[in-house]
Amino acid sequence: MRHLLSTKQLSREEAIRILDVAEDMSDTQQRTVKKLPTLRGKTVVNLFFEDSTRTRISFEAAAKRLSADVINFAAKGSSVSKGESLKDTAQTLAAIGADGVVIRHPASGAPAVLAGSGWIDAGVVNAGDGTHEHPTQALLDAFTMRRRLHGAASRGRDLDGVRVVIVGDIVHSRVARSNLWLLCTLGAEVTFVAPPTLLPSAVGAWPATVRYDLDEALAERPDVVMMLRIQSERMHEAFFPNPREYSRQWGLSAERWATLPGSALVMHPGPMIRGLEISDEAADSPQSTILEQVANGVAVRMAVLFLSMTGSEAANPTETEIA
Amino acid sequence: MTAHLIRSATLVDGSRADLLVRDGVVVELGAGLSAAGAEVIDADGLLALPGLVDLHTHLREPGGEASETVLTGSQAAAAGGFTAVNAMANSSPVADTAGVVEQVQALGELAGYVTVRPIGAVSKGLEGEQLSEIGAMATSRAKVRVFSDDGHCVSDALLMRRALEYIKGFDGVLAQHAQDPRLTIGAQMNEGALSAELGLAGWPAVAEESIIARDVLLAEHVGARLHICHLSTAGSVEVVRWAKARGIAVTAEVTPHHLLLTEQLIAGGAPAPLDGAYDARFKVNPPLRREEDVLALRAALADGTIDIVATDHAPHTAEAKQCEWAAAANGMVGLETALPVVHQTMVETGLLDWAGVARVLSSAPARIGRVEGHGHAIAAGAPAEFTLYDPAARRDFGTAQLAGKSINSPYLGRSLPGRVVATFHGRPTVLDGAVLAPELVSGS
Repeated sequence: MRHLLSTKQLSREEAIRILDVAEDMSDTQQRTVKKLPTLRGKTVVNLFFEDSTRTRISFEAAAKRLSADVINFAAKGSSVSKGESLKDTAQTLAAIGADGVVIRHPASGAPAVLAGSGWIDAGVVNAGDGTHEHPTQALLDAFTMRRRLHGAASRGRDLDGVRVVIVGDIVHSRVARSNLWLLCTLGAEVTFVAPPTLLPSAVGAWPATVRYDLDEALAERPDVVMMLRIQSERMHEAFFPNPREYSRQWGLSAERWATLPGSALVMHPGPMIRGLEISDEAADSPQSTILEQVANGVAVRMAVLFLSMTGSEAANPTETEIA
Repeated sequence: MTAHLIRSATLVDGSRADLLVRDGVVVELGAGLSAAGAEVIDADGLLALPGLVDLHTHLREPGGEASETVLTGSQAAAAGGFTAVNAMANSSPVADTAGVVEQVQALGELAGYVTVRPIGAVSKGLEGEQLSEIGAMATSRAKVRVFSDDGHCVSDALLMRRALEYIKGFDGVLAQHAQDPRLTIGAQMNEGALSAELGLAGWPAVAEESIIARDVLLAEHVGARLHICHLSTAGSVEVVRWAKARGIAVTAEVTPHHLLLTEQLIAGGAPAPLDGAYDARFKVNPPLRREEDVLALRAALADGTIDIVATDHAPHTAEAKQCEWAAAANGMVGLETALPVVHQTMVETGLLDWAGVARVLSSAPARIGRVEGHGHAIAAGAPAEFTLYDPAARRDFGTAQLAGKSINSPYLGRSLPGRVVATFHGRPTVLDGAVLAPELVSGS
């Protein structure tokens, strides 16, 4: 795997391979010395055209635990705002000698353009592009589900038959897209719940069940309920009337939470807005995986950086302790 | 001036004839012509088509000379077999006064490759608020007859009504860029399953169709001529078909790229997923649509619902295209490829014969745009405005075949049929497939 641009491109085998390597990485994170020598001498650039402290520090931690040198490049303002162009930035990074580029960009497709451009010869990892994809988020979500459902027997397993309900701003969500493709590839069944304004008009072409009514979706006793963040600016664009109405119709309130079976997982990619899309009761319950998702994110990103920068044929990355 | 004897060209009706051109006029048309001292062009196997007329060209000058000038755009036009182009008004400064349109026309005359007919802006500064000096432009030396805010839709219904009425008084036509601005905020590509997957904001077909529906009704109400620019959806075809059946004075154009290319190109995907995806060469407004739309547009062009093919030739610098999709400029160059693409999509498919091609690329656009001296059949006594086209040729299209200043062509690397061998705009502008040097062509 040279680049990770989307989950849509991943085969079942590739996806399970990433998750299994992430299991290995996760195991190493239980050791006293968490650092591995795997990417020693390599340089990873975190190229962030959009603010995202959480994703950036997760990638930074992952790269550092693999002993890579990390350069954080916060390029606020792309060519859209008349700053330096993506091309010039990429060529600058190439001159510096980057081996891997982790890119977050407000424009859908920017990582694919970078990977195919010839401007830089480096593995490209998409850390979220516009409303396209956020593949490492979906991988860490799948990793988290797999661990909760299969525990120590997770390696080699998929998510066959797992029923996942994803609630919220689907149309603008790269997390929803990446999860849809990956979950389907792994055999899970996806249901999207949102007002029609927050669903793509052509959502019928997607391999997901679509519901407008959250209570109907929850009545089917799903295995996983994933809540997405609602950005308040959406209501000014007439996607829904106001936060109160949104919360009443599509929020995971304490009452709705109580109707779910005790085995159901509650997930959120963060940052969450308590009281709008999710209640304290749901977010802080034992069924909530929200902090596990953050921890697993580091292991998954270690796996992705390893596979992207060394080639997937490399030996088990975790066998060698740092000297 | 040198005379030219074109031997054994095939005319659009399939007959063969020699053409003798002298002093900018086809002086004789017939079999076995001879003329002492004339330069002979062997046109055996070549089609003689009336000079092509483009109703929708962006020449970028004044203001956008980094991507195209009147001279370089005229050269691209000649290379494509055109003898007249209508230059869109979205220059900088905008062509909304007599001064600007007269300047553009003068630059066209100086270049000498084609007749350059300036299009005037409908609204001052293309801002959609106040009418531009339409009368001054119409009565200027440039005699503007086509008015358009292209790039922007005349979206205000009252301004649209007034513009249609006012332009009627000057025998002009309003060429509408049909795009509801509120339904297309931030729009990046055709709205559908693919835009949802790629995460690009959708440009829904209804944003075009609803404006066309409103405007044909306005044109009917005020009894004015309306022309629809770059119609792109199957639904728009239905609206125009309905309007024509009702007797409304509406005409419509389709671009070559909307006759051939689909949105699927934006997804890339060969050899690996997302390879070549988000290639901004395919970013254009209106966007590339679905296969169903392409087929509906071809059928509509064949049955006359769509009147003409217009290029929407839109040059951009490399920088404006070598970037992330959302930051990239809309538009494709198209003058050099228009005839080959129409050949492939309409002639090779049996939808149009060559007389039909002459209609949609020459006589009809000349009539709609009131382009004098163009669009007529090749005949003795008529101005020598024609192109010689080799329909048997086929070639891989590359930047070497582009004669303008910019290379943002969606056809690079594609195999396209046909080849323009010569173009005459009074005198030759293209010979042996090569654009002649400016000093051989210049009108000064």
